[in-house]
Amino acid sequence: MDLQNAWSVAAKDFKIYRKKINVIRASVAYPLVVAVLFPVILNYSISSTPTSVAVVIAPQLMDSFSVWFLIGSVIIPTAIASYSLVGEKLQKSLEPLLATPMSDGDILLGKSISCLIIAVASIYAGSIIYMVLTDDITQGLLGYLYYPNWHMGVILLVVPLASLMSVEINIIISARMTDARSAQQLGTLLILPFIGLYLASELDIFPFTDQNLLILAGVLALIDLAFYFVSKATFQREEILTRWK
Amino acid sequence: MSAAIDVENLTKTFGSFTAVDRATLHVDEGEVFGFLGPNGAGKTTTVRMLACLISKTSGRATVAGYDIGSSSDQPKIRGMIGLLPENVGLYEELSAYDNLDFYGRYYKLGVQKSSEQIEYFLKMLGLWEKREDAAGTFSKGMKQKLAIARALVHDPKVLFLDEPTANLDPEASKTVRDFILELKKERRTIFLNTHLLDEAERICDKVAILKTRLVATGSPEDLRHSLSTRKVKVQLDLVDDAVFGAVKNLGYETVEKNSNSIVIVVRNPEKENPEIVSRIQTAGGRIQFVTEVGSSLEDVYLKLVREAQ
Repeated sequence: MDLQNAWSVAAKDFKIYRKKINVIRASVAYPLVVAVLFPVILNYSISSTPTSVAVVIAPQLMDSFSVWFLIGSVIIPTAIASYSLVGEKLQKSLEPLLATPMSDGDILLGKSISCLIIAVASIYAGSIIYMVLTDDITQGLLGYLYYPNWHMGVILLVVPLASLMSVEINIIISARMTDARSAQQLGTLLILPFIGLYLASELDIFPFTDQNLLILAGVLALIDLAFYFVSKATFQREEILTRWK
Repeated sequence: MSAAIDVENLTKTFGSFTAVDRATLHVDEGEVFGFLGPNGAGKTTTVRMLACLISKTSGRATVAGYDIGSSSDQPKIRGMIGLLPENVGLYEELSAYDNLDFYGRYYKLGVQKSSEQIEYFLKMLGLWEKREDAAGTFSKGMKQKLAIARALVHDPKVLFLDEPTANLDPEASKTVRDFILELKKERRTIFLNTHLLDEAERICDKVAILKTRLVATGSPEDLRHSLSTRKVKVQLDLVDDAVFGAVKNLGYETVEKNSNSIVIVVRNPEKENPEIVSRIQTAGGRIQFVTEVGSSLEDVYLKLVREAQ
């Protein structure tokens, strides 16, 4: 595996993404909505509740809101990866790329890096906005800064692992799809297990404690490893040129 | 002269379907080799095997001295060849310059060398002024030229061009063809896939005709001469029914009548012409001259492809 090659592929993808409105929208809209909407809800909830109740519910609400960044880390790569691979398929630009000395692994890694960096960066940027806005509210109404804290730290640690899983699965899905929208729609189904986890957390079946989040990180790391081998097996020159439609 | 491409019994099957069947060919360095065949003949599959994009089923082939079947040689081959696929596959959102620049990076040319190469080819192709324009805004001919420049940016030893003028209007085709002729002057080895016989005849030093199997190889001239039948044209004052009937009665399969000439497909004009002339004169025809009409590559191609079916 040659990192310089992989980075060249990623750099090319970054340049293309800057001109793809769908990719920009996908990577900006979700984190921005979550970062702004939840502090607004928090502000309303705290200010319309007696302080004695607010001090109890506010941390619960904030911990619950922060999980949505984890869910976002699965959604955002769906849009980017589907445009990245299906876009190349539609433009028929994979054949000349595959005719270069780069290995299949270099190309796959480059594509994964470009999707992963954008997804993680946008989630991190959104979470910073969210933490700043939230702290502003808690400082004014409750008299303390809630963020940064370990819980958010652990969530942000899980984000790249969840994003990587999403990227790998979306590469496998995109190999079978002929248009980006279908690939994206199918890829979006990936959020269902995370929504399930969120509901399990809210129902106290699998609460998102720091310890449980670390267990989740371990499971995701194993899933990432398994899907790495599957996506590598999918992304083969001959397979791409003769089977991908 | 050393071989740029050497192929022996190269075969590719997809399940029970044989795309290329025991092809054997040899391309010298600096040669322009035309690979002719109808759609679905296996031309693209052959190029993809030689470019190490797909594996061979059997046989052997070397490109620039490296074995296409060796996994350690494959990246070396890909580094030494340039490929223009049938679909140009440009990044439409990126500028012409960036399209080439990224390929310069993929081949690890270095910034200086890459920018020199890009400037050289964009200027040579008349695209330098448009270098900052998105490739998606280019005409088909310009895109094709840009894709050829992309295939050349790393100065490859062997250039594979897969149907470079397909789907282009006559003017764009001519521009691309002229550019290939320029490359020919630089003594680059070019493997040209085409189904356009006129193109092959004008550009190529050697051609091969493929119809899953290789049905012929040689220079366009050699192939023309390889036809077992030849055409004779008899020019007359006037071709009337009596004259035409006399020639028809000789029993030739193909006799074409024009206003004042008759074209006859014969096997051996040296032996058969005197009899033809005699019969025409006996029928009252006044012969002005008798000439042999050269067979075109198209005649050879059609004959061989039909025979292969």
